Amino acid sequence: MQANVRIATLDRRAAMATLLADRPANLFVVPGLGSCTWDAFAAGDDDRNFYLWGAMGGAAMIGLGLALAQPKLRVAVITGDGEMLMGLGSLGTVGMQKPANLAVVVFDNGHFGETGMQASHTSGAVDLCAVARGCGIERVMDVGDEAGLRELAGLLANSDRTLFARVRIAADDPPRVLPEKDGVAIKDRVRRAVAKAAGFTPA
Amino acid sequence: MNAVTDTTPAAWQDQLFDVLKRADIRQVGYVPDAGHARLIARCKADPEIRDVVLTTEEEGVALAAGAWLGGQRAALLMQSSGVGNCVNMLSLMRSCRFPMLMLVTMRGEWEEFNPWQVPMGSIVDPVLKLCDADVAKVETPDAVVPAVQNAVQLAFGGDRAAAVLLSQKLIGRKVWVK
Repeated sequence: MQANVRIATLDRRAAMATLLADRPANLFVVPGLGSCTWDAFAAGDDDRNFYLWGAMGGAAMIGLGLALAQPKLRVAVITGDGEMLMGLGSLGTVGMQKPANLAVVVFDNGHFGETGMQASHTSGAVDLCAVARGCGIERVMDVGDEAGLRELAGLLANSDRTLFARVRIAADDPPRVLPEKDGVAIKDRVRRAVAKAAGFTPA
Repeated sequence: MNAVTDTTPAAWQDQLFDVLKRADIRQVGYVPDAGHARLIARCKADPEIRDVVLTTEEEGVALAAGAWLGGQRAALLMQSSGVGNCVNMLSLMRSCRFPMLMLVTMRGEWEEFNPWQVPMGSIVDPVLKLCDADVAKVETPDAVVPAVQNAVQLAFGGDRAAAVLLSQKLIGRKVWVK
């Protein structure tokens, strides 16, 4: 039997909505490309979302750069297992820096949902929670129910150390809901929101 | 032994750090290279600069994007082989017009000892240009500061990628102690 036994039942759209329902004003979200970007947009378009349409494997590092630049803001990277697997080394880089204001949340359905639902490594050998612990991230959550989601939502606002969470979502493919696609517009909008929240003047 | 084994840093290495300071670079991502050793040490010693050791160079591209979202300037230090690791992630910078400052120590060119460095080293310039980066190559100490200052201006003044390639003519060929 695989070590990474999973019972994946959470609905991804509902899970994202729960995580962002009582979002504090200083919480910025970096949703990974594909489904997590659609999920974040479906939960409500927001100036504080840096929607990714590409850059696979880079979501955690984008979140790290933002978190290091603005320690008083909260940053939640919310990405899929495939996107996280492509940037697995970045968990080690995050573990080296340990910003208290950064959370990396993986919506793990064990599949590459955007490309035909092929099974990913997390359906088999790879346990992302174990990887995160092994990378020196001290607070690791394995979320499989509503109570866990609500606890995670609270920690996105106030965790006192770097947080990693796997959210075990069902492998389904809800209708695409597409946000702004223009990268410059997305970037400029987020920068203005950061500037407003953190009090700097965008160059 | 030749001058390369001398541990005294060359003047241009500290001048390069001074350029980054004047440019208000606050996050420096790096995969170490011997040619960047002095600059990495200076960055680590500076409390105003966050040094971020990376597992692969493309992490540094994404880091720079995040830093810029947060109102900070970043730089990426890497060896020429790392440029190949960055190619897809540089599309993030082009799609969103993020500034991206890259300082690349060259291998696989002047007096290269290791032929396995040649395939990537020989295509760094065209690869970066295909990624829409401005590329300047520096071979003499007096050209370092103007080239890096220019790259800073191109990147942060023009919201684009700019790279400075530091030649083995400048940094000296790698010395193998065994």
